[in-house]
Amino acid sequence: MGSGSSLACDLTLNSVLSPELKAKYQNQQTIRRILGQARTVAMVGLSTHRQKASYFVATYLVSHGFRVIPVHPKAKEILGEKAYPTLLDITGPVDLVTIFRPSREAPRYARQAAEIGAKALWLQLRIVSEEAVGIAEAAGLDVVMDRCVKMEHGRYDGTMHFVGMNTGILTARRARRWL
Amino acid sequence: MNKEDSKNQGRPFGFDTRMLHAGHIPDATTGARAVPIYQTTSYVFDSADYAAQLFDLKQYGNIYTRINNPTTAVFEERMASLEEGAGSVATASGMAAQLTTMMTLLEPGDEVVASQHLYGGTRTQFVHTFRKLGVTARFVDPDDFDAWEAAITPRTKVLYGETIGNPQGSVLDMERLAALGRANYLPLVVDNTFATPYLCRPLTFGANIVIHSATKFIGGHGNSIAGVIVESGEFDYSHYGTVSSPSPSYHGLRFYDTFGHHAFLMKARVETLRDTGACLSPFNAFLLIQGLETLSLRMDRHVQNAMAVAAFLEEHPKVDWVAYPGLESSPYHTLANKYLPQGPGSVFSFGLSGEGEAVRAKGKIFIEALDLFSHLANVGDARSLVIHPASTTHQQLSDEELAASGIAPGMIRLSVGLETKKDLLWDLDQALHAI
Repeated sequence: MGSGSSLACDLTLNSVLSPELKAKYQNQQTIRRILGQARTVAMVGLSTHRQKASYFVATYLVSHGFRVIPVHPKAKEILGEKAYPTLLDITGPVDLVTIFRPSREAPRYARQAAEIGAKALWLQLRIVSEEAVGIAEAAGLDVVMDRCVKMEHGRYDGTMHFVGMNTGILTARRARRWL
Repeated sequence: MNKEDSKNQGRPFGFDTRMLHAGHIPDATTGARAVPIYQTTSYVFDSADYAAQLFDLKQYGNIYTRINNPTTAVFEERMASLEEGAGSVATASGMAAQLTTMMTLLEPGDEVVASQHLYGGTRTQFVHTFRKLGVTARFVDPDDFDAWEAAITPRTKVLYGETIGNPQGSVLDMERLAALGRANYLPLVVDNTFATPYLCRPLTFGANIVIHSATKFIGGHGNSIAGVIVESGEFDYSHYGTVSSPSPSYHGLRFYDTFGHHAFLMKARVETLRDTGACLSPFNAFLLIQGLETLSLRMDRHVQNAMAVAAFLEEHPKVDWVAYPGLESSPYHTLANKYLPQGPGSVFSFGLSGEGEAVRAKGKIFIEALDLFSHLANVGDARSLVIHPASTTHQQLSDEELAASGIAPGMIRLSVGLETKKDLLWDLDQALHAI
């Protein structure tokens, strides 16, 4: 099942961001544009352990048609994709860079994301760095902060609804896919 | 992407709109406007890999109706929207909602501090069934904040109360209780059955989890047993062992690390509900959705009728007292104005004049003389209901427990329905004169 054609009020989330920062870095239009256009996603901090959050997100994205490129200091391959030690080592274009590393490391990856010409930077749930988003914005990237890429995709794709979550989507129009 | 996609972006839709639309998008294939009843136990998997990922929780999707169902999901998302929560889990009954919540949060050795103004069945579950699970419940006067604080020990894991206490008509000062919970790192669980999200939304006053017996006003027509758990997504479970620790039944998965603000709800669904099996039937979910579509209209009328009945009884010579927080004489009137500005529901009790055995007998005569009020053990029906708690809902309690729960022998509990107001007053008057 897809989602409808319009959106209701925002979700109740335990984001630490102020309302101003939420409006800027958790913007629904930006999130949908990124998820709708990105095909190649570099995941900085993708774990090799199958029960880690990053592995859940990567598995989910792969099954929804994204190509996920692992960025990992040691791993050779994760989820069947060649892993690279840094973003700068990746050959070929990257649409979206997602960060699963502590907030203090985020500015470095923001600089690298800009350098490799990524179109968007996404800091996962509970990863907050105003410096990192400032760097990415200055380089013209779309930015999302303190949200989960899997939850957001599941919300607009309609699957999160199946586990009773409040998607905030409200419409009387016939369903179709958003992404 | 179509430009009209975003035309309602960010619009805070009103309660009545969400009552009708939240959680249901007309089906892509059929365009069906009413919510379809997915009367199915199970769902075909796209592929073996996808099935494995579903069971591993790496995908959100339908697995088995004991865990989730598309009709039930509409009810769940709608309740989450109305209560302003992050999500919800529907259960087979209100008692199952409580048990599912507590079995998700607690482990043997833990303690619950609860208001003593509780539905008798809740108290029985907390005292006797919880004891078998190694959990201890302590009950306190809900108005006595020193008592709440004094009852908290290092083993306390949950604070618990009812928005409107059953059957005393006490109103929980949940904002103050939520502050006490925050100071002690305890989630506040509120049973919002008597208020419904139309009259009160406890999550907006700092409660962390709301549970309902959806059997009552949510369904509204006395035809389905059901319960629901709504969570705010605001509680930080990072140091709350039962939610944050690795799950042995999911290869050491840490729910809070993985699902963030959905951790409690995911755990309640894929562990507790999976294992206790107290899921809601899809057909009942459909009936509850029908009920929700008129919730605000019904609750406004319930409150109007209840106000009229309470005022009538208060003036009646054969009535000793009326415990309705909507009356100015109620000690809870101020709290009711704060938490329930559109009215404190329509379930309340009153006392017949007299004492001891004599008044007990009067209670029986009164109930048998009523013509329009149905004598049964339920509340929140569209029809008016009556019961004598001391001989029914609270009869499992010892005399001491009865007194501690604030139940008098001559107490009559009413659930005022949607009938013509003057017919209700007529029926009560003629029955009181039969005494």
